[in-house]
Amino acid sequence: MKEAKKSVLIKNGRVIDPVNSVDEVCDILVLDGKIAKVAKDIKADIAIENTIDATGKIVTPGLIDIHVHFREPGDEEEETIASGSAAAVAGGFTSVVCMPNTDPPIQDETSVEFVHRMGRQARKTHVYVMGAMTKDRKGVELAEMGLMAKAGAVGFTDDGAGVQDSAVMSRVLKYSSMFGLVVSQHCQDAAFAGRGVMNSGYNSTILGLPGIDALAEEMMLWRDIQLVKKTGAKYHAQHLSTKGSIDIIRQAKADGLNVTCEVTPHHLLFTDDCIKDYDTNYKVNPPLRTQKDVAAITDAIKDGIVDALVTDHAPHLMSEKELEFLAAPFGIAGIECALGLYIKALIETEVIGWSQLIAMLSSRPAKIIGIDDEKGALSEGYWADITIIDPEAKYRVDINKFESKARNCPYGGWLLSGKVEYTIVGGEIRFSSDI
Amino acid sequence: MTILLKSPDVTKSIDKLASLIFNDLQGEEFYVVGIRSRGEVLGKRLASVLSEKLGTEVSSGTLDIALYRDDFDDPHGESLRAVGITDLPGDISDKVIILADDVLHTGRSCRAALDAIVDFGRPAKIRLAVLVDRGQREFPIQADYVGFTAEVGSDEMVRVSFKETDGEDLVCVVNSDED
Amino acid sequence: MIRRRDKGFKWTRKHLIGLRELSREEIEFILDTADGFSQINKRSIKKSPTLRGKLVVNMFFEDSTRTRNSFSLAASRLSADVIEFTKKSSALSKGETLLDTARNLEAMGVDTVVLRHGAGGASKLLSRKINAAIVNAGDGFNEHPTQALLDVYTIKKHRGSLDGLKIGIVGDIANSRVARSNIWAMTKLGAEVTLVAPPTLMPPQVSKLPVRVSYDLDEVIEELDVINMLRIQFERLSSNPFPSKREYSKWFGLTSERMKRAKDDIIVMHPGPMNRGVEIESAVADGKNSVILEQVANGISVRMAVLYLVNKAAAQIEKERGKR
Repeated sequence: MKEAKKSVLIKNGRVIDPVNSVDEVCDILVLDGKIAKVAKDIKADIAIENTIDATGKIVTPGLIDIHVHFREPGDEEEETIASGSAAAVAGGFTSVVCMPNTDPPIQDETSVEFVHRMGRQARKTHVYVMGAMTKDRKGVELAEMGLMAKAGAVGFTDDGAGVQDSAVMSRVLKYSSMFGLVVSQHCQDAAFAGRGVMNSGYNSTILGLPGIDALAEEMMLWRDIQLVKKTGAKYHAQHLSTKGSIDIIRQAKADGLNVTCEVTPHHLLFTDDCIKDYDTNYKVNPPLRTQKDVAAITDAIKDGIVDALVTDHAPHLMSEKELEFLAAPFGIAGIECALGLYIKALIETEVIGWSQLIAMLSSRPAKIIGIDDEKGALSEGYWADITIIDPEAKYRVDINKFESKARNCPYGGWLLSGKVEYTIVGGEIRFSSDI
Repeated sequence: MTILLKSPDVTKSIDKLASLIFNDLQGEEFYVVGIRSRGEVLGKRLASVLSEKLGTEVSSGTLDIALYRDDFDDPHGESLRAVGITDLPGDISDKVIILADDVLHTGRSCRAALDAIVDFGRPAKIRLAVLVDRGQREFPIQADYVGFTAEVGSDEMVRVSFKETDGEDLVCVVNSDED
Repeated sequence: MIRRRDKGFKWTRKHLIGLRELSREEIEFILDTADGFSQINKRSIKKSPTLRGKLVVNMFFEDSTRTRNSFSLAASRLSADVIEFTKKSSALSKGETLLDTARNLEAMGVDTVVLRHGAGGASKLLSRKINAAIVNAGDGFNEHPTQALLDVYTIKKHRGSLDGLKIGIVGDIANSRVARSNIWAMTKLGAEVTLVAPPTLMPPQVSKLPVRVSYDLDEVIEELDVINMLRIQFERLSSNPFPSKREYSKWFGLTSERMKRAKDDIIVMHPGPMNRGVEIESAVADGKNSVILEQVANGISVRMAVLYLVNKAAAQIEKERGKR
């Protein structure tokens, strides 16, 4: 019998495919790296490279994280596209979107192609990239969005900073709409945030650290929504952290605007109470807020207001994270345990069910970056990007075993459930927990 | 626990000390300085007995030796006490000082006391008066006036109680680990 | 004389990072210990051999002649060796990191690091990462524990106790480590603290602190037993929280005119260095109610007490580690 290339037969798993409204035990046949069939009792009439018994496991479209920092080019000591990609598949992610705040920033077609090439060479996860909206991410002049779009960028952002000038932002939204790509904003009014390093509130007061008021995020988000109303652009709000932001997005969606948003695990699991010992692992931007904010974000997830769950995987050297809290860089590296964190925050607490969780980790982010015609679902002919999860298996997070180069992670030692068993990308097993 | 001196014996021993001092230092001007904390009580008692004998007020004071101990890096027992105030009756230069302590053992407290007192001035002479001399010296220091001499094992310690601080006058021997 | 504490109490902290984490008993123990040291500063031989052979490093990343000298003198009077390490740098400047610098000093066998640094939490960071005892001499606008200790020590010397005293802290509360340490020390010792400043110099959610808040010095001046005038730190005021010195001084300066309405025996304090004519009028700073120079003198005793206690605790911890 002839053997089919890039072929996989996954037997008896609980297949959850939100786009096709599937949530039942069945089989999946992959041929030539594409989904060939999803049905019960598939008998292949051709030799299959890999047959996986997925009894008791959950089989989902490959997870998609539209917000990661792989630090290449420029800070390869922190992370490379290769190490970040290995970490991504270990976390069950078959597609990631790199942010352009590298050194130099991703702001021309060559850099976009460079990221793609390094991603292909790593041969782990699909690596996408967003380009900068403005030159050098300074918020003054437009970056070459058209050329980057042509080179395959999936959106634009100055992540790490928001565009401060309203006129420039208006121009970014208008201009980008030519290419139909999403504009993704890190909402923060820089002047209002000042040199803040944590949430502004009682905790910042007693720690003697400068705070970032929730309004710094909310004012820019509100402004952007008004600009979206005028321009009709495709807008995405990154890592929302406050109740006020959630209220604004809720209203924008009710108004029928083309607006999406994302949330990170740390804004679901932590509050600014965690910073009591100046542990820089909790220094993130936007900062950890209060229980009231966490509750509002959780409610929004339940109501389907949140479109994507992202990691904002932000690797840093320990020597930098060991600096004074004021001086240390912002960010948590946690892509390898992200799924377990979402399960802890959302499934174990019965906020949502699996189907809703998987949608926020596959089809809905795919739609934001416009790859939903080939990824994010288990439809016939789609890329065979599949994640197989053991929902019952518990594991302890060991940051020293991360594929990522980074160790700036506050989740070390946590006991999580939902172990990634296999990560299949284009019909190839790129990660298996056995190895 | 073995009792060495009961209440009347304590009084007798203090009287004995006072007599020794009286005979030795008659005619000289002296201060009694007790080493905190039990030595402080002993000093006050001595001063009051001596005042009676001499018919004139004998001044007494307190010396805190916490800052002069030699066991800073090997802290135990007494050395963990708070730093207290040294309260001397006046300028000690050219005066005769009678250092008073409850128990003379290794001689280390006395060494510290000598260092401490000279930081306050230059006395004409210093004499040492102890209620109990239990032997086992580690430093070459001897008392000039001893109220009571005891034979005590090296794993035992002499505990002195005074009615001013502990409710009753009593000197007893306890095992070190009982304390 | 200050009343002695329970004999059972034992000081166990190897680091003095802030007063927020200290109990009333611990604060009082430091003050009592300082009493023992205040005497040394009045003798002709102003020295004890207690910390002989110990190395104290004054690591100052911000200018502060007064605090640094006070710590140096305190360490010298305890017979410790003192190394002065001063490096003016902003909290965010690159180059050798704080930890690298500290580890270098640690390799020289330092026993105590006295740290002044522009970043809140810097002392806490060092205490986690190096083995020496850490004494916080001011970290960003978090805490300045020895300043607050000398402040309450000075008040206690005059009034015996802080219980029930009404104390006003006036000035740049938001950016002041002195204010924060004072709030913790004074409230723990039973005083009622009122913060007085324009809203632009109040920290976020100030009402959650155990204090009263007032924006009007004239409204509170009559009831105060103690008034602590904070220095307006012009170097920290990039955000322009008030329009001019003149306007500030009009509303929040301690003038002779205002003093007329204060209690006759009000204690006037200032952590120094003063901006005469801005937060405090010269006649008041030098007047009969001022204890500003006493504060400086008491600072030495308090710092001696702190150096003594943290070294003592370090020795105890080291000994217990040896046993295990």
